[in-house]
Amino acid sequence: MITVNHYLVLSAILFSIGTFGVLTRRNAIVIFMCIELMLNAVNLTFIALSNHLGNLDGQIFVFFVMTVAAAEAAVGLALMIAFFRNRESIDVEDFNLLKW
Amino acid sequence: MYDKLWLIPFFPLLGSVINGLLGKKIKNEKVIGGIATLAIASSFAVSCMYFFQLLGDPVKVHENVLAPWITVGNLQVDWGFLLDPLSALMIMVVSGVGSLIHLYSIGYMHGEEGFYRYFSYLNLFCFSMLMLVLGNNALVMFIGWEGVGLCSYLLIGYYFHKKSAGDAAKKAFVVNRIGDFGFLLGLFTLYWTLGSEHGVWTLNFVQIAEHGHLLGAGSLVVTVVTLCFFLGATGKSAQIPLFTWLPDAMEGPTPVSALIHAATMVTAGVYMIGRMNGLFAMSPDTMMVIAIVGAATALFAATIGMAQNDIKRVLAYSTVSQLGYMFLAMGVGAFTAGIFHLMTHAFFKACLFLGSGSVIHAMHYAYHKAHLHDDAQDMRNMGGLWKKMPVTWITFLVSTLAISGIPGLSGFFSKDEILWMAFSSTRGGWILWAVGALAAGMTAFYMFRLVFMTFHGTGRTHAKAKDHVHESPLVITLPLMVLGALALVGGWIGVPKPIGDLFGGMSNHFEHFLAPVFEHTQELYGIHAQHSLHAFEWPLMGISVGIALVGIFLAWVMYIKNPSLPGKFVAAFTPLHRAVFNKWYVDEIYDALFVNPTKRLGTFLWKGFDVVVIDGIVNGFGKVAHGLSRALRHTQSGYVHNYAMSMVVGLVVIVAIYVFR
Repeated sequence: MITVNHYLVLSAILFSIGTFGVLTRRNAIVIFMCIELMLNAVNLTFIALSNHLGNLDGQIFVFFVMTVAAAEAAVGLALMIAFFRNRESIDVEDFNLLKW
Repeated sequence: MYDKLWLIPFFPLLGSVINGLLGKKIKNEKVIGGIATLAIASSFAVSCMYFFQLLGDPVKVHENVLAPWITVGNLQVDWGFLLDPLSALMIMVVSGVGSLIHLYSIGYMHGEEGFYRYFSYLNLFCFSMLMLVLGNNALVMFIGWEGVGLCSYLLIGYYFHKKSAGDAAKKAFVVNRIGDFGFLLGLFTLYWTLGSEHGVWTLNFVQIAEHGHLLGAGSLVVTVVTLCFFLGATGKSAQIPLFTWLPDAMEGPTPVSALIHAATMVTAGVYMIGRMNGLFAMSPDTMMVIAIVGAATALFAATIGMAQNDIKRVLAYSTVSQLGYMFLAMGVGAFTAGIFHLMTHAFFKACLFLGSGSVIHAMHYAYHKAHLHDDAQDMRNMGGLWKKMPVTWITFLVSTLAISGIPGLSGFFSKDEILWMAFSSTRGGWILWAVGALAAGMTAFYMFRLVFMTFHGTGRTHAKAKDHVHESPLVITLPLMVLGALALVGGWIGVPKPIGDLFGGMSNHFEHFLAPVFEHTQELYGIHAQHSLHAFEWPLMGISVGIALVGIFLAWVMYIKNPSLPGKFVAAFTPLHRAVFNKWYVDEIYDALFVNPTKRLGTFLWKGFDVVVIDGIVNGFGKVAHGLSRALRHTQSGYVHNYAMSMVVGLVVIVAIYVFR
């Protein structure tokens, strides 16, 4: 029997993988995909708990998250293209202008 | 009855505001001068009305409260006015002489830059002075007291582009502040002692006069209070030790010297003592100090006046000296005589200053026409002017005779009354009389020295400028004539008894008029001329007139008959002359004792304390913050994943705390 705990554990694993990826990867697109992974891990939690509690709020939230994620994808990819034109790279090691 | 008293100070204030705000736009000198003169003349008209109303009124003390000003706990101060014979006389002198000097100024200041500014200040001065003399409590008086100080500063520094004028203005202000400090200390002590120990919380003059005796005659506190007030008086009225600002104040325009530094403001100290005569009379020690300071100032300033060459400086020292007489009178309890001399002095000294202004005006014009840059105020460049400036000469001569104490003229009556009281009063002594009489001789000498050097003898004016010297216009000579006439006959309202008896029992109107103010005090503390000395009155009068005549004779010998004599005299007594010429080095001594140490302290506080300590602390904080942030800024790498890492770590820590708590 698959209980809500299984979903939550899976979601936690996905989230951790995503976080790990964000922190360790250099390629901005990979980082971007990791962020998507984290968002979807959260979505999974929402859905699982919504189902478990019999409350639709969580599912509504998921729609919002997906909307935001879509917007983010559009803006983020545009940024990356702009950046690539400037630096010929999308390595975050080169994104170091925001410092003293 | 007396509910329009506020109009008296109001008119000049209005004039000042109009000229101050709109004068720059009006531009027309006649309009500006007209507004200012009309303002003060209106005050004079109202003053006259109330003066004569008071003359016919059996009740002599009237208070008129306009509005409450400060009401805090026990402290109740009103915008209130007090009309009694003393203040009635003062408003007449201030607004009367003020009107004449305003009129004179229209001619004298013609074409000066900032004409409107001058008249605005002059009106403001009249407002302050009238507040000073009309206030029914010490705080309103203090407003006037500070106001006249401010206007004095503004007008001395009228030619502010000249460094000497700016310096003189600052000096006058600072020295006056020292006196004001004394005034305030006296006021606080009086208020507190009367209130906390006797339950009379008041600053009102009528109540102070009524309840002042509670402090106890001769008690320490009353001596302290009156000495503090007297310090205020020495500052405002240029007495030793605070007299040094007045001669420097001659940097201002001459009508200003006449109005502020001769006729009115400098007499504020005398007026203040008269106003609080009950308090002062309670402390014989203070009275003695006042008499001694007055006599010493009279003599000291007269010695300096004998050696000056600048026409206005001679008059300035003369003013200091004459103020000394007034304080001598106050000190020996002859309040009436002091106020009488205040009035006659206002007439003849204003006339003398305006006369000197007329001369300076003419000389200045002549040098300007001849394209010369000689000093228009130096008497060594004058001489023989009497033919060219007859009106100025006559009025000047009359006033000089008056100040010298020639019988029949105003100065004689007042000065002789002072000298007689200094000798015979229960608070007087023959030494005070002797010093006063000696100073009177010197007065006659230096004043006639001035007249002879300026108007008589050979003309020493540069030949090219000589023909350009001419009499001043009517707007200048008219005030001279009025003041000259007052100097001539003004004394007859206060004829001393022995002379009055001579003229068939003519009574001393002046004394009678002021009696409601002073008589009570004099009776209470037994201040009067000693009966055993009455036999001396005529001889003393004769001696003082004789001394004056000797002074005039000496001046005639030295400056008319034998003009080479002064040079020989100087050669024979070089060190003495140098000391007198340099004003006994008082300024230098004050510089060495007070000014320079203060400057050094200031420099130390600036370079030693401010720069090192204060700036050190402030900059130290900056440096510490800078150092810390230099270490911390390495955390801000600019790499997004570093920030993300720290966010995750932070999140983990927070969650861990919640979970494992």
